[in-house]
Amino acid sequence: MFSILASLLLGNTAAAGSAVLEGVHDALRFAPELAAALCLWSAVTELLERSGVGADLARLLRPPLLRLFPRGAADPGTLAALSENLSANMLGLGNAATPAGIRAARGLARLQARSELNTLVVLNTASVQLLPTTAASLRASLGSAAPFDITPAVWVSSILSLLAGLVLIRLLNRAPS
Amino acid sequence: MRVLGQLTVPLLILAAALGAAVKGVDIFDAMSAGAKKGLLILWGILPSLLVVFPAIRLLRASGLPELLGAALRPVFALLGVPEETGLLMLLRPLSGSGALAAATELMQRHGPDSLIGRTAAVMLGSSETSFYVIAVYFTAAGIRDDGRALPAALCADLVCFLASAWICRVLWG
Repeated sequence: MFSILASLLLGNTAAAGSAVLEGVHDALRFAPELAAALCLWSAVTELLERSGVGADLARLLRPPLLRLFPRGAADPGTLAALSENLSANMLGLGNAATPAGIRAARGLARLQARSELNTLVVLNTASVQLLPTTAASLRASLGSAAPFDITPAVWVSSILSLLAGLVLIRLLNRAPS
Repeated sequence: MRVLGQLTVPLLILAAALGAAVKGVDIFDAMSAGAKKGLLILWGILPSLLVVFPAIRLLRASGLPELLGAALRPVFALLGVPEETGLLMLLRPLSGSGALAAATELMQRHGPDSLIGRTAAVMLGSSETSFYVIAVYFTAAGIRDDGRALPAALCADLVCFLASAWICRVLWG
């Protein structure tokens, strides 16, 4: 709607009609290739999950979680939900991460750990994926030579933004409201 | 490095399959369940692609991006962020599928292996739909948001975009 207004205002209406159709055409033409890449990576991720990689990762994540969530981690159920949430996020399993995250959020609410709930939310708004499967799938379906070569760059960017988010929420949690 | 990049995908699949075989997982069953999830993801984002692709084409045909781009060029240049990624950065915290469609459009137009295409992919892969996550978690916990998570999350997103543009420029610029 905004686009149509802009094209009217700027007097480029002639191109508008064909642009819409071309856009729809592009999206449909692209869908099968995207489906191929998404299915492949979802299948590999499912294999990893069923092989117990998620559980191994969850064990590895305990020490940092104890530091970030001292009150939440004291409760076994909440700690399990926290580590499941983080490990699912790292494997790119959004479907598994959200339910675990919600259990963790309810646990923290029950413990009245308000500032730790804020930390959990910020942790989940910053992506901490080990393999950027969705972005790589998009690149693969558009003919990239090496779709996963962005992985180190994604790590650097994720870690920097995660640190920024955690430092900020720590400061904000201390500030009087 | 290039050979390694080309080997990543086959090696990953091989490692995942071997690991699953050792653990006695039903490989066929797991992979077909995963593929089904992949199709569901596509089904979920296809409507957005069908709206965002034409909307971006329309917006470009209108000439507005050139005007805005020219006005904001000094800001983007100062931050070292490609101005083409403006729409992606704007959509990212608000709509997951909208951002995915915008990133796809950028990669398609400039090429997935171009600097802009890579920057778009890294931005997409290293951030989340912050507004959605905040809404879901606070609603689920039944606690009112005290207004601290959102500024922290949005600042983290900004850092993510700047860092993505910077690291891509360093690695592939």
